[in-house]
Amino acid sequence: MTETIVKPAGAATAVVATQKPLLKVDKLAKRFSVRGGILRREVEQVHAVDGVSFEIAPGETLGLVGESGCGKSTTGRCILRLIEPTSGTVSFEGRDVTRLDRYVEKSLCRDMQIIFQDPFASLNPRMTVAAIIGEALKIHGLAKSKAARDARVVDLLETVGLKADHLRRYPHEFSGGQRQRQRIGIARALAVEPKLIICDEPVSALDVSIQAQVINLLEDLQEKFNLTYLFIAHDLSVVEHISNRVAVMYLGRVVEIAEASQLYANPRHPYTEALLSAVPIPDPKVKRQRIVLKGDVPNPLNPPKGCHFHTRCPIRKDPICSTERPELKPDANGHWVACHLR
Amino acid sequence: MAGSTPASSSAEVGAYGAAQPVISPWKDAWRRFRKHRLAVASLFVLLLIILAVLFGSYIWRVPINEIDFTARLAPPSREHPFGTDDLGQDLFARMLYGGRISLAVGLAAMSVAMVLGVLVGSVAGMAQGWVSSALMWLTDLFLSLPQLPLLLLVIYLFRDSLKAIFGLEAGIFIMVVIVIGGLRWMPVARLVRAQFLSLREKEFVEAARALGASKLRQVLRHILPNAMGPVIVAATIDVAAAIIAESTLSFLGLGFPPDIPTWGRLLFDAKDYLDFAPHFALFPGVAIFLTVLAINFIGDGLRDALDPRRVI
Repeated sequence: MTETIVKPAGAATAVVATQKPLLKVDKLAKRFSVRGGILRREVEQVHAVDGVSFEIAPGETLGLVGESGCGKSTTGRCILRLIEPTSGTVSFEGRDVTRLDRYVEKSLCRDMQIIFQDPFASLNPRMTVAAIIGEALKIHGLAKSKAARDARVVDLLETVGLKADHLRRYPHEFSGGQRQRQRIGIARALAVEPKLIICDEPVSALDVSIQAQVINLLEDLQEKFNLTYLFIAHDLSVVEHISNRVAVMYLGRVVEIAEASQLYANPRHPYTEALLSAVPIPDPKVKRQRIVLKGDVPNPLNPPKGCHFHTRCPIRKDPICSTERPELKPDANGHWVACHLR
Repeated sequence: MAGSTPASSSAEVGAYGAAQPVISPWKDAWRRFRKHRLAVASLFVLLLIILAVLFGSYIWRVPINEIDFTARLAPPSREHPFGTDDLGQDLFARMLYGGRISLAVGLAAMSVAMVLGVLVGSVAGMAQGWVSSALMWLTDLFLSLPQLPLLLLVIYLFRDSLKAIFGLEAGIFIMVVIVIGGLRWMPVARLVRAQFLSLREKEFVEAARALGASKLRQVLRHILPNAMGPVIVAATIDVAAAIIAESTLSFLGLGFPPDIPTWGRLLFDAKDYLDFAPHFALFPGVAIFLTVLAINFIGDGLRDALDPRRVI
């Protein structure tokens, strides 16, 4: 798997130089309006996603990490157009998906799918498993008859490790701490044979013992169907395990993108450093240095000028950090970082 | 009945779900409903009332319009179990007959209110921008109308033309149903819209959207079935309200003509004899009271039964 994303040294001009990217996100931004007053005029804007750019190569897994509310999920939903982005472009196989009409958009639903965080909330409580997974086949006309549809659903259930007799069950009848339900969500996403799956914190709601099973399932499926993942999470060790490359977000912006091994061994952005220093190490004898950030994440209603991180940065240098937005720039190894000082 | 229900709560069903037979949400709801004793008793009472008004006149074969001045305002006796009215007509027979119309008006007006309310609420809940606002303004407008004067006005304006088209009884029935239903859809519309606003952001609806489901499919397959719980409860309350509204109209002498003894009409006729023939007002009053109470309790039970998060 890793062979596909090895990049030659000096690939400074593009994040992925060897292949045409499957997905290219360019300066994606989403601002939510806060309306007030009698006239419902826009009084403020929440800058949820603020100029995010990255690429994903076919067969690759890009991890997207950051703390709650930094815009990870909004980015994922903008790519699928579940949320209309305010500006910027998202290209899938060279086609700009933000400017497609409804008809083409439906065909695009077959290429990109999503797995949600909460397996219970993402399954309609009034539909059987057969109906939930079969709906995808129905919408896109992928099965001629009801029998053919059921056969395909059974096929999908077995692919994700469930049994054929789960077909007529309702989501609330599944046991085992959400694990089986998350498998239903995965089977639904697979039903349309997508190329890219956006995994929106797919294991965050699961018990630790079950996380590994779902992660392994996702890896097996990736190998079997040559899937590409955008893996959104806030658990750094899970992301390190599954991702080829990792992008770190802070307050709506990507601050660092690098190969997973590089990023974890040698973080360059001070925020990434602080994040990694907070990952628990399962060995009490290992001493480590914690970098404790002061204060809270600034309010996205009114993000700080310049570098979004400068209010909490241990290495800030005025005036540049508080006035100029740092661009995401690559170094010789394809390690991208948005910092004036690194 | 209660002995056959599984002792486990729904949470336990989830935990041991693998070993248990499939329970559909509707069966599960019925299981919860049966635990609500008052609702079950009310269902029994309501069924009894419905059966009585439907088939009672075949068993109690006393004509409703046989005038007998010798038995005027007679108290309950063996010949007249509910007594007689001011013309000596058998009250029991009249109530059995009139109950059909009262219940039919209640159910039909409720249906009108539900269809209108769900329609307006769904469109307002799915549409964004001015369509939604305009529909809510319309709803608020209807809510702020003074209902009784409006009812009177509509009835004075349209009674004769409807009578001419559909005949006396059917014409008035249609008018009363439309007037009552047409003024009771607003709370349902607001309820449905509120449900839609929260449900359409749920992840399972988002998943359907990600699969390319059309708006109509999202509404019919995903949002509406999950919004129906509160709507069904509102519907039961509306049946009760419509029966009372019909009684009000009849009591004011504006509903059905005097020879059709709806329960409200009977009350209207009885009001002059409250002192010396209280049974005349009491029996129709109790019938309305029992029906409304039973329907409200059933609504209560349904609300609990249809909320899957509630563990009874």
